[in-house]
Order: sequence, then structure tokens, then C-alpha cells
Amino acid sequence: MKMKVKIAAAALTAVMAAGPALAELVFPSLSYRTGPYAAGGAPFADGYTDYFTLLNERDGGIGGVKTRVVECETGYNTEKGVECYEATKGEGSLVYQPLSTGITYQLIPKASADGIPLHTMGYGRTSAADGTVFKWAFNYPANYWQGASVAINHILDINGGDIKGKKIALLYHNSAYGKEPIRTLEGLSKKHGFELSLIPVDHPGQEQKSQWLQIRREKPDYVLMWGWGVMNQVAIQEAANIRFPMENFIGIWWSGSENDVLPAGAAANGYKALNFHNVGSDYPIFDDIRKYVVDAGKAAGSGDNVGTVLYNRGLYAAMLAAEAARKAQELSGKKDITPADMRDGMEALEITEARMAELGMPNFGPAFKVTCENHGGPGKAAVQQWDAEAKQWKMISDFYEPDMEVIQPLIKADAEAYAKENDITPRECK
Amino acid sequence: MSDTFFFAMEVALNGLMAGVMYSLVALGFVLIFKASGVFNYAQGVMALFAALTLVGIQNGQIPFAHVINATFGTHLSTFGWNVPSFLAILLTLGVMILFAILVERLVLKHLVNQEPIILFMATIGLAFFLEGLGDLMWGSEIKKLDVGLPQGVSDTIERVTYEWFGYGFFIDKLDIVAALVATVLVIVLTLFSRYTKHGRALRAVADDHQAALSVGISLRFIWVLVWSIAGFVALVAGIMWGTKSGVQFSLSLIALKALPVLMLGGFTSIPGAIVGGLIIGVGEKLFEFFIGPLVGGATENWFAYVLALIFLVFRPQGLFGEKIIERV
Repeated sequence: MKMKVKIAAAALTAVMAAGPALAELVFPSLSYRTGPYAAGGAPFADGYTDYFTLLNERDGGIGGVKTRVVECETGYNTEKGVECYEATKGEGSLVYQPLSTGITYQLIPKASADGIPLHTMGYGRTSAADGTVFKWAFNYPANYWQGASVAINHILDINGGDIKGKKIALLYHNSAYGKEPIRTLEGLSKKHGFELSLIPVDHPGQEQKSQWLQIRREKPDYVLMWGWGVMNQVAIQEAANIRFPMENFIGIWWSGSENDVLPAGAAANGYKALNFHNVGSDYPIFDDIRKYVVDAGKAAGSGDNVGTVLYNRGLYAAMLAAEAARKAQELSGKKDITPADMRDGMEALEITEARMAELGMPNFGPAFKVTCENHGGPGKAAVQQWDAEAKQWKMISDFYEPDMEVIQPLIKADAEAYAKENDITPRECK
Repeated sequence: MSDTFFFAMEVALNGLMAGVMYSLVALGFVLIFKASGVFNYAQGVMALFAALTLVGIQNGQIPFAHVINATFGTHLSTFGWNVPSFLAILLTLGVMILFAILVERLVLKHLVNQEPIILFMATIGLAFFLEGLGDLMWGSEIKKLDVGLPQGVSDTIERVTYEWFGYGFFIDKLDIVAALVATVLVIVLTLFSRYTKHGRALRAVADDHQAALSVGISLRFIWVLVWSIAGFVALVAGIMWGTKSGVQFSLSLIALKALPVLMLGGFTSIPGAIVGGLIIGVGEKLFEFFIGPLVGGATENWFAYVLALIFLVFRPQGLFGEKIIERV
């Protein structure tokens, strides 16, 4: 009898000690802190994780539910990225941000089949902006085609609206990513009458002498760059070497971090790049990041990259994910949401000026609304310029609207082709 | 003569200069292969590690600061001083020699008499270890490397060629420095191997390990010596490439540019590394200029390997490599 009592007491104690499983919101981070692209991957991953740490430490999570970031190292390698997805999807992952166009292309069919949303902010498959075909993929607030259009709009702006006969060269990483803007630029070239030349650079882009000799010879008025990693630093140095005017050299948002300009020193002064969020750390949220995260010793990194372009991008991505989760909680009426609820939250996401101010990020990015048809957001981007003396990026324009008249038919055509290839019936949006 | 002709000349000249930069990396591979028959997969990472260490020492960075901070909650980053470039280069050389000693003690010593493929695999492991160590020691952010080397177009060459031909040639000052450094390096290495005791010992080991051992040459010392020299060559390559693109982890990929040079020039010849580099540099640039536009461009990476393969078909040992005859 005594033994039975002992066993029952032990069982009761074990049950009480275990208690109910605590709910948590899981946000996987497919990061790359090692390998050739680590300098770009680490600050993004730090910003992403630090924002969720801030929510946990300051607010007790989202809607009272703690968040958990599950980090998995991809090394910017597509196979490893897919392995990371498979290894972490069972943890209740709410949304994946692969931070690689190659990984994104692999994950779109997998995540769609598994019912987990993907958010590819400013990268990935551009036509994922069509929500009728890509139910589980989102690429708000901007994509490459919109980036190409914004760059041309900026050039139009500084040329009084007329760029007929101007020569514009696209220096691009010879990969699916680098080739993304070509169709848009060809369309815009027809519309505005500028002459487009295409100059590919082989991976990784450490040697670009041929390309810059060509640019020196052809003397384009503007050079646009779609680069990543070492390609950016070498291109900026080579542009300085041939004395190409830096203010006429414009990079996409993945060619516009401090990493890209610092190695060239003073020679990089005046270089421009697009961005879909603001720069610097002069926002109230950074006071909280320092107080609750960095100074508390809870930062994902060393804390010395807070406020850099790519840290801010990670922070912004996390903010958009957290706001979508909040929306999902509101729509589903439950705190512990599922990936399907998260998708609904992302599709109903609305970022207003007032909300950004409330979050301590006034004017940090454009205000926008996601809809069932439009998973790509407004596509607005601004132009930042490097001040080599102050070692700072400065925003020199407002957020430009892209030319959707040219882009929308391209998105539609590409999404339709994808739907046909994959036997997808586009859904009706009410 | 036409503008196109001069442009082709300019492309070829810049190809020669780019070839010199490839040769600087290839030299390190040749030295180790020649002395020990080991293809050192870690040579590219050694260039990265040397450049990281140089910048770290120059900037007074505390090694392993991130690890120390994460473990003890400190906020260390720098010692608060800057080390002059020349002294920093000497200290980095010291680190590379220490690395060579450790490689010999911890890896090579235990693999004596093993098959070359085993030693090759060991260098693959070494490459990944060294890359991780570099990250832990100095961090993964991109660093500016400035040891006072000039960069940008040479105004003198541009002006003089314009006066002579009516076409101003573009030559990067950094490439001119690289060419001079490579020349000096080859002369010094040749003199060292011909006229010094250790150089002769090195050649003896390269010719026949067993015979060299039988006359009292220490194989272990020779390995330390050759890995130290390869470390020095890696430092030179790291300085040149690091000045060009900033010091970052993709520097280890410069090894990809050295491989076709080795295939073409031969794995055992120092002049072969230089000549191979020049042929690859000019070949890939001219191919890009003439054929690139017809096939959508970006031909340089693959064409370098095609060129090397063509040479291999006719001379499997490379242009200057030793013909290996194995009798069974």
C-alpha cells in the first residue's frame, strides 16, 4: 500500500512539475554568419533577433505570448537553406525569411505545400507579389522590378523628366538575382528612350577589370548595380579607379550597406543606393534596443552594428513579422497562432504612419497595406547617398513610387506562367 | 590605328596585370606542392587569415574580443593603439610562421608517409578550421586594408599613351605595384632556393624525400620552412587582394583564380606560376572582349578553366611542370 502511495505521489509531482506547455511564437531565422557573405548576413540576423528580444524583454512578447527565434546557419547556400527549413519547420515556425533568392525559389513550393508563409522582403521571386497565384509567399514592401523602376524615376527626377538618348548601364551579378531587373529596364528603356547596356559580372566578382574598361570606353551617363558581397566593394573601387562620377552610380538595396563603401574610403563619397527603409539610429526604438537588449547583454551580436543599414533591415523585417503576428492574433481571436493564422495576418497587414510612430520608428519605412491580390506592397523606395567623411548614409529623396504601368503586366505574365507550370488555379480575391 | 585596336591592347595589358594578381596566389600552392607533393587547399584561406591578422594588428584590435565579451560580459574591442604598417606586416609574418610550426607539429608530423590524398584532405580540414579561427579572432565584418599602396588610374601612363597614340591607356597603380612585388618575389625565391643552404635542402627534399633524409636533412624543419614561406606569399597576396576589395571572407575564393594558373603553368614551377598567370589573365580578358558580347558576357571564370584544359591536353604536366613517370 505504502509503495502505491509513493508511486502515486511521484506521478503527481512529475505531472505538476511538467505543467502545461508554455505557448510561444516561433520565428525562424535562416541566417549566414559564416562564409563569403557573412558580413552581410550577420547584421541582418542580429537586427531580426534583437527586435524579438526587445518585444520579450519590454512587452512580454506579442499579445502576452513570448517569442522565440530559431536560428539556423545557411552559409548563403541553397542546399543548406532547404535543410534548415526542413529541420525547423516542425518547431511551429510561423514565417520564413530565407534572405536568399536561391533558397526562396526552392522554398516557394515546399512552404506552399506545408502551409507556412514566406516573406522575402526586397528579394526572391518578384512575381510572388501576385497573391492570387502565390497564396503563401509575400514580398512586401518592395521587389527588384520596383527597385529598377525607382532607380529610373530618380534619374528622371534629376534630369527634369527627360532621359531620352541617355546611356544607362546595368552592372549585374551573373545569376538569377542579378538578371531580375533586366526585363523591367528593357520596358522602361522603350518607354523613356534611354539606351540600355547590360554588363554581367561572374560570381563572386573579385575581378571586374574587363567590365570597368568597357564602362570607361562606352561612357554611360549612369551605372546601375545589382550586386552582392565582394562584387559591390570591387565595383565601387573600380568606379573610383576610372573616375566614374559616384553620384551617377546607383546600387540596388543589396548594394548599399556600409560594408560596400567603407573599403573604398574617401573614393566612395557620393555613391548612391536605393533603400525601402530609413537609415541611422536616430529613432526612439534604438533607445529601447540599447536599454533592454544591448546593455542588458542580450544582443544577438556584439551590439556594435546597431543602426547600420543591414541591421536596420533585419529589425524592420522583424517588426513587419511581429505586426503581422499581432494582426493574426486579432483576426483569429487566439494568442497562440498557427502558420495559417500568420498568413492571414500578413495578408491583412496595414502599416500606417501612426503605427510606426507608436512603435518608435516614425517614417522608418513607407506606409502600406497588403491585400489578397497584392502581396508586394507599394514598391516605394528612396535614394540614400554615402558621405565618406562622416561615414554615414544620408537619405536624399522621399520614397518614390514605381512605374506600375510597366511592372504590373510583367508580374501578371510571370505569375500566370508559374501557375500554368505548377498547375495552380489562381484564387478569387473578394 | 583604330580605337578598337587600342582598346584591345588596353584589355590585353590589363589582362597581364590581372594575371600577376592570380600568380601571387598560385605561387603559394607551387611552393608547398614542390617541396612536399601536397596540394594545399588552405592556401586561399591562408591569404585571408594573413590579411585579417594584418588589419587586426594595424588597428590594435583585441583578438577573440567577441568571444571574451560573450563569455565574461565585457565590452572589449581594441587596445587603443595603431601599429605602423611595416611593423604590423612583420608581426603578421611572425603569426604565419607560428601557424606553420603548429601545422607541422599538430598535423603534418602525424601524417608522414601517408598517401598524398590523405594530406590533401588534411589541408581541406585546415582550411575550414582557419576560416573559423579567423572569424573568432577578428570578426566577420569587412575591413579596409591600407598599407599605403597607391590605387587608381596611373595619370602618367594615361597621359604618355595619349600623347603617343591619341588613346589614354588605363593601368591601375595597384596592379603596377603587384607586378613589381611579384617580380621581386620570384627573384628572391629563386635566389633563396639556389644559393642558400636551406634553399638547397628544400630542393633536395623536393627531388627525393628519402635521399634528402639519408644525408641528414630534417624533413620536419623543411616543412616548417616551406609553410612559412607559403605563409609569407599568402600575406603578400592577401595585402594585394585585400587592398583591392577590402578584407573579407570571400578573399578565400581567390584560390579559384589560382587553379587554372597552376594547371597551365605546372604545379612545381615558380616561373610557371607567373607565366601561367599571365596567359590566363590575357586569355580570359581578350576572350571576354572578342567573344563575350556574342554569348552574353561573364565568360572569364569558365574560360580560364577551358584554356587550362586545352593546355593540359597537350602538356599534362603543365607548361613548366615536371613530367611524373612512375615505374611499376
